Parts: sequence; structure tokens; C-alpha cells
Amino acid sequence: MLVPKARGGLSARVFAELRSGVLEPSLCSAEPDSDADAHLVLWTLYEQHYRGFEDVDPRLEWHPTLIGLRGALEEWFTDLLVGRYRPPARTDPFAESFFAYVEDHDGPSVATFVQREADREQVLELLRVRSLYQLHEADPTTWAIPRLPVRPQVALMALQFDEYGSGSPHRQHAHLFARGMDACHLDPAYGAYVDDAPAEALAQNNAMSMFGLHRRWRGAAVGHLAAFEAVSSLPSRQMAQGLRRLGMPEEIAAYYLEHVEADAVHEQLAVRDICQPLVEQEPDLTEDVFLGAFTCLDLEARTARTLLGGWAA
Amino acid sequence: MSDQLPDIVVCPEGPILVRGDHLVQDEAGSVHRTTRPVSAVCRCGKSGIAPWCDGTHKLGPKRRKRAR
Repeated sequence: MLVPKARGGLSARVFAELRSGVLEPSLCSAEPDSDADAHLVLWTLYEQHYRGFEDVDPRLEWHPTLIGLRGALEEWFTDLLVGRYRPPARTDPFAESFFAYVEDHDGPSVATFVQREADREQVLELLRVRSLYQLHEADPTTWAIPRLPVRPQVALMALQFDEYGSGSPHRQHAHLFARGMDACHLDPAYGAYVDDAPAEALAQNNAMSMFGLHRRWRGAAVGHLAAFEAVSSLPSRQMAQGLRRLGMPEEIAAYYLEHVEADAVHEQLAVRDICQPLVEQEPDLTEDVFLGAFTCLDLEARTARTLLGGWAA
Repeated sequence: MSDQLPDIVVCPEGPILVRGDHLVQDEAGSVHRTTRPVSAVCRCGKSGIAPWCDGTHKLGPKRRKRAR
């Protein structure tokens, strides 16, 4: 993957300096032009910790100037997420409260639109936008593993093992999505469609990376995971129905059908075996677990509004 | 807290979680092998992918007592 196209003054400057390898210390305090500019820079800085860029020296991954800039952008993003957060009415008993909190969160559904009305071009656009995450599905949560106590850690390992294919490459979720994209004649290369992703989709990816990469956000990382899994099974079935309605390749429907079954397990594991024992052992993290869940649902609603708005749905 | 996790867990208003490798017989008598570290067996009888859970139990009438 190459560094993406700039979306403003900050991204233009950061990307030029990344490619040249000459980083000016003043970059740490440089301001973005817009949310899109800020999220693209943050996404690019996080990406250095995953697969990186062919046109950037890998030794820059931990360059202090880039970490300083990342810290400033994370402070802005954290303030934004904390400011939007609406706490639950109750947190005890945990599992029941968590499922109710997720169920009560209202937001537009892209999956319902795909199931009933979307045309082929709209679905292809959605797949390009989703590919940003789904081609490295589960990776951001993996960062949380060494930061958890034994019970939630063991359960998260079981969940992640399933995400990564339970020992079989042909079952690995990111790979299933890549095969689905290929069957749809989309480019399955990692990060191929970053330039097509709206700022809201970049924000979704950035939230997961930020929660995963900061030990202090381990509660939010698993709360995000639990909410993500809890709103996946039924929408995945709607996605598969929509894809079949449009006569799209079975490989991409198969990706969603796998999630109907897998995420019916994962939501139970994430809520009851990961989040619940974590908050029992570290009650101070309860608020963060719900903040992670809220962030997941709220950022998806923002992406959904942008996509559906663009389709005048 | 016990160090031992139960192999079978009944989830309130949800599926039965089955840990490990098992053969599960459905209502029609067909036998299905588990393929995941943990599998979810449908308990509401409405799953479209029985014997596995597909989340359909959530679509039923609200049985949950909400404390607000």
C-alpha cells in the first residue's frame, strides 16, 4: 500500500515528510484543516503499526515527532468521543444491562437498506468503504490481549482464534472478505480503497486502533468489541439476503453468512466471558466498557447516515 | 472464582454455549460437528441455521424486564 491522497494541509505535509523521511519537529503542533484531514493523518499514523506503506521507511514507526503528532490528534479525538458519550441508566447486572444498552441505541441501518433497496453500485461502494476494516478484521482488538487479566484474556483468545480462522486460512474472516471482494471484481489488496473512505469510516477505524493501542483504553477496546459483535448477526443475515437479491457472487454472501453464525457466539463470549469478568475484577473500567460500546454504535450510525445520505436513501 | 470454565453454558434469553469439539444432533436427527472453539446452539427454536444460533431470539417480543 502507498500513502493515501491528502485531504487537507496537515495530511499533505505529513505525507510529504513521511515519504521523504525528513520530519520537522514543528509537525507535532501542526493543526488539521478539517475532521477529514485529521482522521486521515491519524489513520495513516496508526497504519504504520499494522502493515505500513511501501513508500515510507519502516523505521519511522516509532519516530518521536510522529508519536507527538499522534498524541495531539488522539487528545482531540478522545475529547470528541467522551463529549458524545451517553452513559447507561444501569450497569448491574452487567450482561443484561449491556445487551439492553446496545439494543436501545437507535441508528440508521445500512444492512436493512442493502437487504431491501440498494442497487449493485451502492453495494460495491459499501464494500469498498467496509474493506478498510474488514481486510484486517479483528487486528485492532488483538492489541488488547496482553493488557487483560486471565479470565477475559482466555475468552478473548478463543474469540480471536475464531476470527483468524480457527487454524484454517480459508476460514479467516479478513481472507473471506478478500475472496468476496475479488469475486466482485474489486481490488482485495489491503488498504486499496482508503481514498474512497469517508471521514466517518476513518473515524471508526481510528477509534478501534486508539482503544487497542492504549493500555488505559483496554476497557473501551473490549466494550467496543462486544457492541460490534452484538449488532452483527442479524444485520449480517440482511446483508447476505441483499447480496443474493442482487445476484452478487456467493463468495461475498458467504462472508456475511459466516458472521451470522460466528457473531451469535462472539456476542455472548464478548459480553459474558470478556467484559463481565473484566468489570468484576476491575470495576473502575465499567464506564470505559460502555464508552467503547457507545463509540462503536455512534460512529457506525454516523457512517450509515453519510452513506445513506449520499444514496438519498 | 473457580479456574475451571464450564463446558456448557446456558445464556439467559440466548443460546447454549458449547465449548470444545462436539457432535450436536438437531431436531430432525441430523448430526453436526462443532467447528469453533465455542459454538452457540439455538434454544429458541427459531434459528434459520439450526442447530446453531443466528441471533433470531432477539427478534421475539420483549421479555426483558427493563429497570429504568
